[in-house]
Amino acid sequence: MNSINEHDAAIHVEDLRKQFGDLVALDGVTTSAPRGKVLGLLGPNGAGKTTLVRIVTTLLQPDGGAAFINGIDVVRDPQRARLSFGLAGQYPAVDENLTGFENLEMVGRLYRLGRKESRDRAQELLERFDLGDAGNRVTKTYSGGMRRRLDLAASIVGNAPILLLDEPTTGLDPRTRIALWEHIRELVSGGVTLLLTTQYLEEADELADRIVVIDHGRIIAEGTSGELKAQIGGDVLQMQFRTGDDLRTATQLLAGVGASEAKFDEDSLSLSIPTADGVDDLLATVRLLDSAGLKPDDIHIRRPSLDDVFLTLTGQPADASTEQELVEHGTVN
Amino acid sequence: MRHEAIDTTLAGHQERPYSPSWRIDWLVSDILVMTKRNLLRYVRLPQLLVFSTIQPVMFVLLFAFVFGGAISTPGVDYINFLIPGILIQSVVFGSSMTSVGLAEDLNKGMIDRFRSLPMARVAVIAGRTLADTTRNTFVIFLMIGVGMLIGFRYQDGILKALAAVALVVLFGFALSWISALIGLVTRTPETANVAGFIWVFPLVFASSVFVPVETMPSWLQTFAEVQPISVTADTVRSLMLGWPVENLWYMLAWMAGILVVFVPLSIWKYRRLT
Ligand SMILES: Nc1ncnc2c1ncn2[C@@H]1O[C@H](COP(=O)(O)OP(=O)(O)OP(=O)(O)O)[C@@H](O)[C@H]1O
Ligand SMILES: [Mg+2]
Repeated sequence: MNSINEHDAAIHVEDLRKQFGDLVALDGVTTSAPRGKVLGLLGPNGAGKTTLVRIVTTLLQPDGGAAFINGIDVVRDPQRARLSFGLAGQYPAVDENLTGFENLEMVGRLYRLGRKESRDRAQELLERFDLGDAGNRVTKTYSGGMRRRLDLAASIVGNAPILLLDEPTTGLDPRTRIALWEHIRELVSGGVTLLLTTQYLEEADELADRIVVIDHGRIIAEGTSGELKAQIGGDVLQMQFRTGDDLRTATQLLAGVGASEAKFDEDSLSLSIPTADGVDDLLATVRLLDSAGLKPDDIHIRRPSLDDVFLTLTGQPADASTEQELVEHGTVN
Repeated sequence: MRHEAIDTTLAGHQERPYSPSWRIDWLVSDILVMTKRNLLRYVRLPQLLVFSTIQPVMFVLLFAFVFGGAISTPGVDYINFLIPGILIQSVVFGSSMTSVGLAEDLNKGMIDRFRSLPMARVAVIAGRTLADTTRNTFVIFLMIGVGMLIGFRYQDGILKALAAVALVVLFGFALSWISALIGLVTRTPETANVAGFIWVFPLVFASSVFVPVETMPSWLQTFAEVQPISVTADTVRSLMLGWPVENLWYMLAWMAGILVVFVPLSIWKYRRLT
């Protein structure tokens, strides 16, 4: 990774710094997105994700360090850099008074596509992003999910080889989010290099080849999602019992289950077992408990959340607004 | 699913043209695209056009029928004195809306989108000022129509009247660039709206737009005589009423001066947006 220099990588930032008054938004960030790969930038509110994206996309001047996109220095040669990337910012930038079609056509023209080419491209993208029927409607009437899709479509109108998406699914319902992931995967399979910011470990996990965890403008961890999970312990099988006796019996009973040693807590009467293949371990646990006549209050598989990442890496929870993601695969009562 | 359309091979992209802003045909195309986009707003929100014309019409009626009787304009019907002034006033107020439009674009993230595209920098502002100038032109002809309904007549032939209209339009275009700078500095539509009016009010009312400046106290008269809105109003009025045109060069100098200062300043501010 370190051997990649600014000319090989699709996106490369080197010791990037940015300050707003006294507030240090980026405190020396160095990272790269290799061509054709997806780099996930994971961090809580205020971590500096948007600041980084804005600098790389020539919207903001850094105070220190350098940023290259497609090998082009974005500070020295912003206009040439702009031909190399497409951007969908944190808030969809669609013109409310234009139709979906007109929005895309306009962006196409500004990307130097010809008149006809812009129209064809607009129509093609509307259909691809399931906006074909709404294409002739003013976007003021679009739902949040439709705006996001249109914004995403606008970011690829110019066929740029590099794409930057700032929290592309924030505020979308789970179904819409998964549909948008599909669109993003499709783009990536077409060979685009993607830098994606997100507050959700799950999203980075789904989409990114490599994840950079950022907090207070610094990189606090970096790796594949597997590496990060290994660092924070992966999935956990979590159980809740009614009495201390039940808890102790269960702990002995389940000694052989799970990837590593179980942790039990006498105060909260909870037992947590790190697990590699959650569902198999869950089934084994249920069978063992059932045969011993033990009935826990609650049992579920818990996926590590951004909060767990932060708890492990910084000893502090992420900012309040990041919800804890409890993924319940099964609950026995 | 047209993956071949997403041609991401780097070779393909490096053949793409480089640093496009100076190519004159692209510059023109970008400006036209942006102008069209801004004008579509009026097509989609016709009420915007309706309300931006109601106000000048009200001014015509107000001054013609309410204040007009109290204002004496020796040697000329007040309505003939008034209409050329009203044209300037409508254009000045209309141009002050440029700031609001740009501030809205800033607020809604549209300017971010434009700044991240390889388009000509100047096109975002120029497209806005040109669209507002187009709307101004429409309002001018509407005002002349309303004026003629209540008795206004140009006195020295259609050509001079049209020349006067052209000057008003150009003057509005120049003012739009001042307004553009205000929009880029204030950044929010509400502030832009207020800030856009503050400087316009004293200039419009302490001028020869509605009343002859001779009626003002002498200290104000001095200001009212030299400031650009009076100078323009005098020139336009002279052209429409067949008076000797004295201030034409003075007026053109004002316009050129405004453009020379505020076009570069707005572009400079636009480039420095964050
Ligand atoms: N223009 C600005 N002026 C002042 N402070 C700013 C500005 N832009 C960002 N900041 C501050 O810089 C820090 C980083 O902000 P940034 O928007 O990059 O965070 P983020 O990771 O994108 O957060 P979120 O997930 O909420 O979008 C924040 O504390 C923010 O308040
Ligand atoms: Mg952000």
